[in-house]
Amino acid sequence: MINTPNPLQETPLYSEHVKLKARMVPFAGWSMPVQYEGILAEYEQTRRAVAVFDTTHMGEFIIEGNARESGLDRIVTQRIADMPLKTCRYGAMLNEQGGISDDLIVYRISMDKWMVVVNAADIEKKAEYFERKLTKQSRFKDVSRETGKLDVQGPLSREVLADLVPAIHKLDYFTFDDFDLLGYKVIISRTGYTGELGYEIYFPWDKLTVLWQELLKNKKIKPAGLGARDVLRLEMGYSLYGQDLSLTISPLEAGFHLFLDFEKDFIGKEALLKQKQSGVKRKMIFFASDSRQSPRHHFKIFSDDKEIGMVTSGTFSPSLKKGIGMGLVDRTVDLKAKKLYVGENKNRIMVYLTQRPFYKNGSLRN
Amino acid sequence: MGIEDGLLYTKEHEWINIEGNVAIVGITDYAQSALGDITFIELPEAGVELEQFEQMASIESVKAANDIFSPISGKVIEVNSLLNEKPELINRSCYEKGWIAKIEIADMNEKANLMTAQEYNKLLESLDG
Repeated sequence: MINTPNPLQETPLYSEHVKLKARMVPFAGWSMPVQYEGILAEYEQTRRAVAVFDTTHMGEFIIEGNARESGLDRIVTQRIADMPLKTCRYGAMLNEQGGISDDLIVYRISMDKWMVVVNAADIEKKAEYFERKLTKQSRFKDVSRETGKLDVQGPLSREVLADLVPAIHKLDYFTFDDFDLLGYKVIISRTGYTGELGYEIYFPWDKLTVLWQELLKNKKIKPAGLGARDVLRLEMGYSLYGQDLSLTISPLEAGFHLFLDFEKDFIGKEALLKQKQSGVKRKMIFFASDSRQSPRHHFKIFSDDKEIGMVTSGTFSPSLKKGIGMGLVDRTVDLKAKKLYVGENKNRIMVYLTQRPFYKNGSLRN
Repeated sequence: MGIEDGLLYTKEHEWINIEGNVAIVGITDYAQSALGDITFIELPEAGVELEQFEQMASIESVKAANDIFSPISGKVIEVNSLLNEKPELINRSCYEKGWIAKIEIADMNEKANLMTAQEYNKLLESLDG
């Protein structure tokens, strides 16, 4: 036996990706397709038509119980008790120090039944954490290993899915429902990470190849990988856990205020209240360059010659034809007075402040 | 991976095409494919004198940034300024429309430090293994 520590996990579509000549890379402990045809082609396909992403690496937990009595309300930062049935709400889970352990989406399946969708890294640890923090008035199940997931994203996504699921038309932004799809009863939500009209389909793990192949029979749909997904999300200014959100970044620094409900109790709240009193040190900024050069994760940010922070995410924006990025800077610096640069110590790129989203013509709410 | 006969290659995946005392420089099909979609190139300035294997340009793709080294010593006499607006020409046509610069060769003996198409092919085979 060859002793390989921590081999990469594979989604049920691994061999499909290889067949399509995808470039497979390690991502959060998984072997995932970063690109098939090419990142920019897949980007264009998503912005202009429709693409399908394998996102089976994400984790799904089912919790049964009352919002408060189950303890779920205390684990997540967003308000959930008032969520209408069959809606989704974005937020995070924090540690006691107020650091972000993960960002997540809560689905309200029924009055007392929830699905929580978490990021791919360390799903088992997060499941253990949920089990520890949930009360006896709850039932918990980690269904990540039986749940496949495909994201169908792009302005044509509704049209192509309607061939398989005519009722898809009824879904509004950030809602979901059960649908009959290829003979299976599955959850489809109108959510995504691209800024385009799109859907996330939760499908039986061992049957996912059937759905993948069925979707790709439609020549309007093409597969897209993590590379395109990263460019698409960054053009919207969406945060990526591990870069723009992490244990060492406070949600108060990360511009996460909308997703914190200070009217309820949640883990990490006390720490955040203290931070509010003493004031946080950094803030998240969004910037664009005047050249095609890309800011990169971990570049430094300079105000004139003074180092004031760090780029958390950066890329070339295909829609703006220039570099864009986001990063954390010293809150006390007056950014308007000075010129801003990002880069290593040499080779700096001049950037200017802007607002998210960088890309403003998405079909998200069409 | 496409390799053109008659060109000379470096282990950093640049090529040159020598015509008289001028070398046209570019990057190979292997390099453009490994980089993926190229989004930016910082070209050298015409007139600059370069040593063999000295950095002459830097190139960025969606996912990575890399340096390009001059395969031979000499003076840059022309650059492909089309690449400023259309760096993707390197992906589409790395041996023709995606050429990077023309260099007036200072020392022909340096050719001995470069690989033939056959030798470069062997290098690529060893990389694929």
